[in-house]
Amino acid sequence: MIRKVVPNAQVAVEGIQDGMTLMFGGFGLCGIPENSIAAVRSTGVKNLTCISNNAGVDGFGLGLLLETRQIKKMISSYVGENDEFERQMLSRELDVELIPQGTLAERCRAAGAGIPAFYTPAGYGTEVAEGKEVRHFNGKPHILEHAFDAQFAFVKAWKGDEAGNLVFKGTARNFNPMMAMAGRITVAEVEELVPAGTLDPNSIHVPGIFVHRIYQGAHFEKRIEQRTVRPRA
Amino acid sequence: MALDKNGIAQRIAQELQDGWYVNLGIGIPTLVANYIPKGIDIEFQSENGILGMGPFPWEGDEDADLINAGKQTITALAGASFFDSATSFAMIRAQKVQLTVLGAMEVSESGDIANWKIPGKMVKGMGGAMDLVASAENIIVAMQHTNRAGESKMLSECSLPLTGVACVKKVVTDLAVLEIDPERGFILLERAPGVSVEEIIAKTAGRLVVEGDIPEMVLG
Repeated sequence: MIRKVVPNAQVAVEGIQDGMTLMFGGFGLCGIPENSIAAVRSTGVKNLTCISNNAGVDGFGLGLLLETRQIKKMISSYVGENDEFERQMLSRELDVELIPQGTLAERCRAAGAGIPAFYTPAGYGTEVAEGKEVRHFNGKPHILEHAFDAQFAFVKAWKGDEAGNLVFKGTARNFNPMMAMAGRITVAEVEELVPAGTLDPNSIHVPGIFVHRIYQGAHFEKRIEQRTVRPRA
Repeated sequence: MALDKNGIAQRIAQELQDGWYVNLGIGIPTLVANYIPKGIDIEFQSENGILGMGPFPWEGDEDADLINAGKQTITALAGASFFDSATSFAMIRAQKVQLTVLGAMEVSESGDIANWKIPGKMVKGMGGAMDLVASAENIIVAMQHTNRAGESKMLSECSLPLTGVACVKKVVTDLAVLEIDPERGFILLERAPGVSVEEIIAKTAGRLVVEGDIPEMVLG
């Protein structure tokens, strides 16, 4: 067995430098790598390009790295819930590239699957397609999209083992598996780190080969963005 | 009288067919889930990674790891499954999801849709909308017939940046049900109870085809 365990978040983020491209898993605040985000913030690295479906909220998630102006560019599909983000975007301190969510997911997956580019119908005829090659397949237009390249991918799983195998819970899976596949160095934080042999190999969502560093997060807030409930009678 | 949001959702629910997987967008489309006709089985897909999405949880049962694409806490029904974002959009692009219902700012007579960006305003992003409209075989738009300024949202050509081209098949508004025929434009199928054909004509800027008597919608 190849051991992937590192002691904590500080060690897990070693090697990140100014100007790097980083991936962060999660959808909204669900399944985000909270502990790694805090550790990246502590390093003080700047001019980051961050690939993440969303950009967190004020004071939480990637909002923490926006607060400290560590992010130069965001690549996302939806960035609605963050005042500081809006301020930096409108004042042009922050560069933002918006891309369709399915294309974002596939550009991560392609990076982790050794596929340099692919055609998708999403965005054809819109400003997303500007400057991109168009090709027709089965009579339908598609645009060429390229795999991402990220020096680090930070993901969050429910459980993981010493070999780096990951298991997710509920909709906290989202972008985490394909970002784990895509990172040149993938850092996984888990709620529960277990000895090898504990997880059922039939039930592994991400095989440990894609994970370079794994640690148990010291603290998970797991904030809920929109608490919607049915009142009990 | 023009329909309210629930009325629009109720009318769209009549389009659901047994055995369909359905993706509902944020806003009015979400309300469609409240009006599934009796006797048919539908599974709701939410593009953040669940099939078999259920209602909001009981107070106290909410789970940070279980949300829909609107980031709301939800539940999973018996037979539900969770999956990653690439798998989610795989089933959308490959047309395994039979129906997409979403809102719009503008729709054109050739089926173009604009619903993600207003130049000069804060742009939040398209999320999954561009993937959904580019691939779904069956797209119904749920929206008001006119905007807050009273201007038609049913146009010859969209004025706002597009989300997708020639993709919308049907539009259900507070005033009418319309089908889109790329050759002929908006075909008026039904009008909301008490709404006149004249009012619909007056509030539709794009080409509108009115043939014969237009029936009133029949709502549950």
